[in-house]
Amino acid sequence: MKRYDMIVIGAGPAGLSAAIEAAKRGMQVVVYDENAKPGGQLFKQIHKFFGSKEHKAKIRGFHIGEELLAEASALGVQVVLNAIVIGLFPEKEITVKIDSHVEHIKGDTILIATGASENMVTFPGWTLPGVIGAGAAQTMMNLHGTLPGKRVLMLGSGNVGLVVSFQLMQAGCEVVALADAAPRVGGYGVHAAKIARCGVPFYLSHTIVSAEGEDCVTGVTIGEVDASWQIIPGTEKHFDVDTICLAVGLSPMSKLCDMAGCAMEDNPGKAGFVPVVNAYGETSIPGIYAAGDVSGIEEASSAMIEGRIAGIAAAARLGFISQEECKAQAAQQEEALSGLRQGMFAPGMRGKKITETEEGVAISENLLRHGFVAEDEIERFPGVTHNIGVHPVIECTQNIPCNPCQDACPKHCIRIGSNITALPSVNPEQRCTGCGMCVASCSGQAIFLVNEDCGDGTAEITLPYEFLPLPEKGNKGIALGRDGKTVCSAEVVQVRSAKAFDCTHLLTMKVPKEFAGKARFFRKEEQA
Amino acid sequence: MNDRNRKLKPFVPQPDDDLIVCRCEEITKGEIRRAVHDGMFTLTEIRRYLRTGMGLCQGQTCTKLVKGIVARELGVRPDILEPSTGRAPMRPIAMEVLAKDREEKAT
Repeated sequence: MKRYDMIVIGAGPAGLSAAIEAAKRGMQVVVYDENAKPGGQLFKQIHKFFGSKEHKAKIRGFHIGEELLAEASALGVQVVLNAIVIGLFPEKEITVKIDSHVEHIKGDTILIATGASENMVTFPGWTLPGVIGAGAAQTMMNLHGTLPGKRVLMLGSGNVGLVVSFQLMQAGCEVVALADAAPRVGGYGVHAAKIARCGVPFYLSHTIVSAEGEDCVTGVTIGEVDASWQIIPGTEKHFDVDTICLAVGLSPMSKLCDMAGCAMEDNPGKAGFVPVVNAYGETSIPGIYAAGDVSGIEEASSAMIEGRIAGIAAAARLGFISQEECKAQAAQQEEALSGLRQGMFAPGMRGKKITETEEGVAISENLLRHGFVAEDEIERFPGVTHNIGVHPVIECTQNIPCNPCQDACPKHCIRIGSNITALPSVNPEQRCTGCGMCVASCSGQAIFLVNEDCGDGTAEITLPYEFLPLPEKGNKGIALGRDGKTVCSAEVVQVRSAKAFDCTHLLTMKVPKEFAGKARFFRKEEQA
Repeated sequence: MNDRNRKLKPFVPQPDDDLIVCRCEEITKGEIRRAVHDGMFTLTEIRRYLRTGMGLCQGQTCTKLVKGIVARELGVRPDILEPSTGRAPMRPIAMEVLAKDREEKAT
């Protein structure tokens, strides 16, 4: 029987990170993944990640995946694809199906990093072709280059629902509405804002009544729910769609842990049935570890750190490093992890109602209800200031662990400080040169450069733009407000693309100066 | 959950009882609710009785849905229901592949 120092199940962010740390310390590591491509969810993530430099902030997910794969292969980690682990036994033996045979393999340590699967909801018509998971839509678009449909309704306002809605629009689909049974937007406000300003209406406290169609989806009806989640008669709204995307949460794929005999718990805080693990990710069976979504749903950034910690701990267990080294090295990672688990969306904050930011600013209720910050709310946030000449306007209104904008500005106009969740503020003493580095660096696309008065009755607004075809200088169109509604006519005066912007283009539009505080998106005039 | 003396409220038909919950095995919500009233109080029993979660996706889609329906029928919180046992093979696998495994061991 083959034997490895470490067997990793799942080549996603947690699994690859663990393999890297273990291999770095001299271990012989094999990684099995049931998919044809490695990277787990990372290769589907085409958006820039939040966080700090150490968390690979402002790098797009698939680039992080490429980095991890390259690092793993340089360290001699063996990644076996199309390899389905069908059994895991307490003696730290696995059975894995590769091609048309089953192999039995022993691991002196085993890491379970199998991730999560998408939840579903039922409604009449939910089994019709065209009702798909949001993750499935992402796989179709970003891995296989296939459009899931033309007109889409998204159910779920968590980060998955918001991010996938934006990606659907980038791929060329029309997102006709975003609905969620919850009364408030669940994901990051900046993700909501960037789809709201493209004109996607938000229907909170709404759920799907039924999907229509004979042999595929041709329409959907949603309705408002009351406090006991029942549809209020008369509130139904119909949309013609060919696709319904469900983004209603994830469940840990923890069956292998259960099969091995690891102690399990049903923990709503971790979104399901998970193995009980210690600070190093070790389960109740010594030498079997779990990291990433399988041990509690979180983000890829935390999965990577959990994986690293498990890799370090496994190395210590087999004597590749001393216990002291393990403690010191894991402590560093834990610091990074606790940095990520802060702010309004930290795991401990789930379900808590927040009324003001850490700075004591009342939060935007409109953002939670409709997906965008209302005009009478935006002025109270520290990133929104007025100045003569071009200056950044930072519409970042929630405490999230993210700070690339602070380092992006060569003139140090933007300040977050040592507390990574603090809202960015603008230093009016420093002159903004209009370079746009902050606009491109913001993973939430929440920074704009505004020149409120160009002296000729117009104002110029520079916004992050990630759609194709890219508008050109001289294009005329309309400026949309934060709510996605038409504000005024606008003309593109500049489009900047640079390697340092990493595919976030900077579009500058000219609008009448009274709309400087309103116009936040550009739509080209439809060709007649 | 194994309290066989548990008294359930009488079975009341619901308008969405014909909604398919387990797509792979085509089991409806009504069938699952009825099974609880037939005395299947654990998820393992439901699975053996109806084959929910035993099809192609191995419960990846319906496990949580079935759990919710059973819990509601029993009048308990879903998280106190013990999940059904995890066993190898974790994924659907062709008999010829499993059979080969044994051949290899013999040689």
